[in-house]
Order: sequence, then C-alpha cells, then structure tokens
Amino acid sequence: MKPLLLAHFTATSCLGRGLDATLDALRAARGGLTRCDFERASLDTWVGAVEGVDAQPVRADLSDFECRNNRLAQIGLTQDDFSGHVERAIERYGAGRVGVFIGTSTSGVLETELAYQRRDPQSGALPPGFRYAQTHNPYSPAAFVRAYFGLRGPATAISSACSSGAKVFASARRMLATGLIDAAIVGGVDSLCLTTLYGFNSLELLSPQPCRPFDVDRDGISIGEAAAFALLERVPTGDGSSAKLDDNAVLLLGVGESSDAHHMSSPHPDGLGARIAMEQALASAGLDVGAIDYINLHGTATPGNDIAESRAVTALFDGTPCSSTKGATGHTLGAAGALEAVISALALRDGLLPAGVNTTELDPALPLDYVLTSREARPGAVLSNSFGFGGTNCSLVFGRAGRAQLV
Amino acid sequence: MTRVSAFIESVGLLGPGLSDWPHAARVLADPTAYVSERTALPPPAGLPSAERRRTGPVVRIALAAGHEAVAASGRDAATLATVFTSSGGDGHNCHTICETLAGDDRQLSPTRFHNSVHNAPAGYWSIATRAMAPSSVLCAHDGSFGAGLLDSLCQVAADGTPTLLIAFDTDYPSPMREVRPIPDAFGVALVLTPEAGPLALARIDVQFTDAPATVLASRELERLRREIPAARSLPLLDALAAQRAASVVLDYLPDTRLHVNIVPSSGASGVDGSSGRAS
Repeated sequence: MKPLLLAHFTATSCLGRGLDATLDALRAARGGLTRCDFERASLDTWVGAVEGVDAQPVRADLSDFECRNNRLAQIGLTQDDFSGHVERAIERYGAGRVGVFIGTSTSGVLETELAYQRRDPQSGALPPGFRYAQTHNPYSPAAFVRAYFGLRGPATAISSACSSGAKVFASARRMLATGLIDAAIVGGVDSLCLTTLYGFNSLELLSPQPCRPFDVDRDGISIGEAAAFALLERVPTGDGSSAKLDDNAVLLLGVGESSDAHHMSSPHPDGLGARIAMEQALASAGLDVGAIDYINLHGTATPGNDIAESRAVTALFDGTPCSSTKGATGHTLGAAGALEAVISALALRDGLLPAGVNTTELDPALPLDYVLTSREARPGAVLSNSFGFGGTNCSLVFGRAGRAQLV
Repeated sequence: MTRVSAFIESVGLLGPGLSDWPHAARVLADPTAYVSERTALPPPAGLPSAERRRTGPVVRIALAAGHEAVAASGRDAATLATVFTSSGGDGHNCHTICETLAGDDRQLSPTRFHNSVHNAPAGYWSIATRAMAPSSVLCAHDGSFGAGLLDSLCQVAADGTPTLLIAFDTDYPSPMREVRPIPDAFGVALVLTPEAGPLALARIDVQFTDAPATVLASRELERLRREIPAARSLPLLDALAAQRAASVVLDYLPDTRLHVNIVPSSGASGVDGSSGRAS
C-alpha cells in the first residue's frame, strides 16, 4: 500500500487525557486500573475508567447526542488540539472531502440499559426523551464526530468487536486510495457499560485483579474505556519544501485483515487468523519481519488469547520486543485498536518501548521477548495487533518517516 | 467528481413477500404481483448444529442472502472479502439483555453476549463458509446500505478484490420498536467484482450527490424502502431487475446520498425468472 500520514493523533484513556499524560504513564509503566464501582455493577473486577466523563456534557448544539460514550468522544477530540488540526484539514480539503470512520463495540448502549430501569410500570414504555439513534445505535459516535465538525462527506461506524478501532484504518485507507476523500478522521470510542461487564463475566473472562497479560498467573481481562483518534492524509508528494516530512512523522505503512472461521468467542488455538493478519500487514507494508522493532500485542490476559497470539507471533518473529499495554489501560474493546495505534505512534515519535504493566512472571510457555520495563529506544517500524469476537483480526504497521535514513 | 465503479455479478435477497432474488426481480418488474407477508427466515446453512442452534434472526437473514448471492456467482465463498452492514443488530437479543441488566439478577447467558456483537453474522458466515478473508462490519443507521456499498466498492476499486456485500435488518420487539420501528427482516447481498466476468449483470458507477433519493412507483415497495434501512437498496435492484440503463439516487446520510449509474452488461439475459445464474 501507499503509506499514509498520521497528520495528527490523540488518545484519552484511564492513563489520562491526551498524549502527554499517556506518554508519562507509559514511560513510568504506570497503569490506570481501579476497582470497579461502575453503575450497578457488583462484580469483583477492575476497570480502566476515564475520570470525570459524566461531568462534561456534549456541546449544546449537539445535545441530542448526549450520553457517556459521546461525552468521552468529545473529551478525546478536544485534547492535543486534535479538533484544530481537523478544522484546518477541512479548510484545505472541504467539508465533503473528509471522511469519518469510528470504531465502537457498544456505542451508547448504556443509555438503553438505564432506560430499561425506568420503563413505565404499566405500559413497559421507555422513558420520554430516550433517543436511540443518537445514543445507542452503533453509528452514534461517527454521527457525533461528523456533526461536531460539520462534515458533509462519508461516515461510518465500524463495529467488529475488539478489532473495530484497528479496522477503521483499513476502511479509511481504501477510501483514500479511491480518491473519494482527501483526509479521514479515524478512531475508536468505547465506554463502560453493563452489557460488556456482565457479558465478559458470563464468559468467566473478568480478572478479579488488574489484568496481567502474558503472566503465568493471568486470569482474564480488565475492561477499560477510551477515545483515540488520528487524522489520516496522503503523504505530501509536492516538490516544495513543505512536502518534507519531519523524521519523526508517523506513517501508516501496512494493514492486514483476516477472519478465523473458527469460533464465535474463542480464537483459533494456533492463532492462524492472527498470523495471516500479521503476514498481510507486513506484505502490504513491503517489509519483512526483521524490519519490525516492536509489537504492541492484542494481549488481553485471557489464557486463550495470549497462548494463541504467542503462537502466531513466534511462528513469524524471532525475538522482536513486544508487550501488551492492556495491563495499563484495560481492554478498551472497540477503541483498543485505535488506542494502541496511538500508543504505537508514540513509541515511534518519542522513542519508547512501553512495558507491559502488572505482569511480573512471564508465562514460560509463551517464548516472547516481552518488555517488562519501559525503555528508551528508536524503533523505526512497529506492528499493532487487534483481534475480536467472531474471529475478526486486524494488524497495522506504523513507521517513522525518517526510518529509511537509519538503515 | 470522483466515482467508484464495480460490476455486480449476482444478487441474493430475502424480505417481506420476497422469497429470493429471481422472485424479487419478477415483483420489481411487475409490482402488481407483490403479496406482502412476513419474511420467512430459513435455518442458517453451513453451520455445525451447535452453532446453528445459537443463531438469531440477524444471522439467518444475513447468511440466507449471502449464500444465495455466492451460489449465483459460482464463486467459492472462502475467496470473497465480505462487507456486512446493518442499521442495528439483533433487537430481540438486545431487548433481553437490557431486561436482564435492569433486574436484580443481572447474570447474562454467554451465548446472548457473543450474539450481541454487531459482527456476529460476519463471525457465523466465516465459520459456515470457512472464509478467512477480510471482513468489514459497518453501521450508518438508516444509511447503512449506502455505507456498505461504498466500503465494498472501495475494496473492489482500490485493491481489485472481489467482495460480497451483505446488508440486512430485522425487527425490534416492544418497547424498542417504539423508538426503532423496523417492521420485519430484509436482507440483500451483492457480489461485486473489478472486472466484467461472463455472469456480470451490470456495471455500476457511484458518486456522492445531494439530490433526493429515488422513490419507487409501487406504494407497497416504497413503504418497504422507507421502513427497512437495508431496503434502501431497492431503486438499484429495480434497475437491475429491469436490465435497463438507469441512474438512481440511494439514501445514505441525511445530506449526502449516492448517485448510482447502472449499465446492464451486454448479453445479460432478462429477469423473467428464467435466468440460470439467479436460480
């Protein structure tokens, strides 16, 4: 594929709001998980909650979209002057030439969960004022982002469970390639709700402790929430000096996608689909495995995922440093792919290999070069994995623009 | 203005009073033949029995439409990239989950939970067909068909990948029906290809427009188009059924719609139901 430029990016998670807070936490190997006290959930588990989401209503002209998920989206958009960068892109290209691709798994379903607690005792009707389309519907965060910027171009939600936030890069890349758009807002927004907390509990996949990916004693996930965005554009090709990219500019170099064709809620035991996604991502980037300096693993900390992913990674790579940042952020589900894309971009831009926090004793059955202490480095290219229910897999390769000069 | 193009190789369709594509094509050509009745959802073909028992209406409608289109194309489903698009998901499953979560015992069934993901039909499709190809799963509320058509066209145009588009919706139970009044199930599938194979029905060229959406002359079919988001595809299907060159506008987002130019393939046979590839 032709590389694309991440003209700007931002992330908000339990690690904090914006890139500085995220980078500080990653450098210090500091996690953001806390004991779950969310809504009516009485579950012995930990969550990665973003502080103060409910205290910040959405912009008054967008009040129809009011819900926790869109509040989180708005908090995310306003960090790191991301919205300013988008507005300048709209000035350059026009409101009809900037696409919106937002990954989410549960959107604003929390609104419906709450509405069901307030049904009319006689008729069973949902409470007045309940707005399905602008809150619960999977398209809601994409519609919100599109309305936030007054865009008139294409927009979609991508909702393939925990690969959603990575798949947005795949769909945006294709649409940019056809020339239908000149820029794309890609991202992932998912927020805490009872459906996922009790759902993962029903599968016995919630850890009673902060999750410990790849640890010998790992026993399940911690659910998190996040809003992460990137502004994707074609790499400038003009001959003027304005076309010269900063060495630390981050490029999307490759995308790989596959399906497991195996099981709805368990990965293929050997990670076959995961391996195909990684191979395709490398092939699409035109890189061999030796060019990858760090892998941000999907690494949910369920026994099954981490075995399957380890098998897939070791089938291809030999001693490439890797870690899962879900010990720090929790598993942010439909936002995870976008959050980890931004973490990968930070690793490239700021020269960092982030540690997998909470993990103390690596599972000896998983022979990975797992990063246990965050360290400075100068990665040129990194791979980020995102896999999900239904056997949906997506791997992304990002690179630093100055990478070529290093080798 | 930029256009994206592809060839439509085959169609699968299931909806209220429309039992498959050959039948739907006859009804579109002669709407007086339309008899409205509840969509009959067949058991999902290709799944192991344990999986089959766990499937709800969204999986059944999506797999039925997808299997019909793939069979008519003569292709191996495992070779096709897929795009699934739906305006919501399984409303009955969602209703039961929200009811359970509103109660005192909030324990969910694991099957209900994994069926709640928007990509459940895509997951079951890949299990049923052994397809390990990429799958894209979209939602754009009432514009979901348009979003899916665009993503499919981009796969075809950008990468030359033959792609199966499956768009579907199912009804919601009360009280969600009052806020999301989708009355019945409708599914449509298209095999889209970069080159005109011997079976190609038509070439389509698509671009953005702010012109209003094409409405159907038949009052009953127009009601279907308005009431079920996946049926917003009907003006395109109407032109395919008639095998005539046409331009239609499909609903997409409130201020952005899709202008579709349809050029029937020369030598394509009529749609009187006798066409071998659509049977």
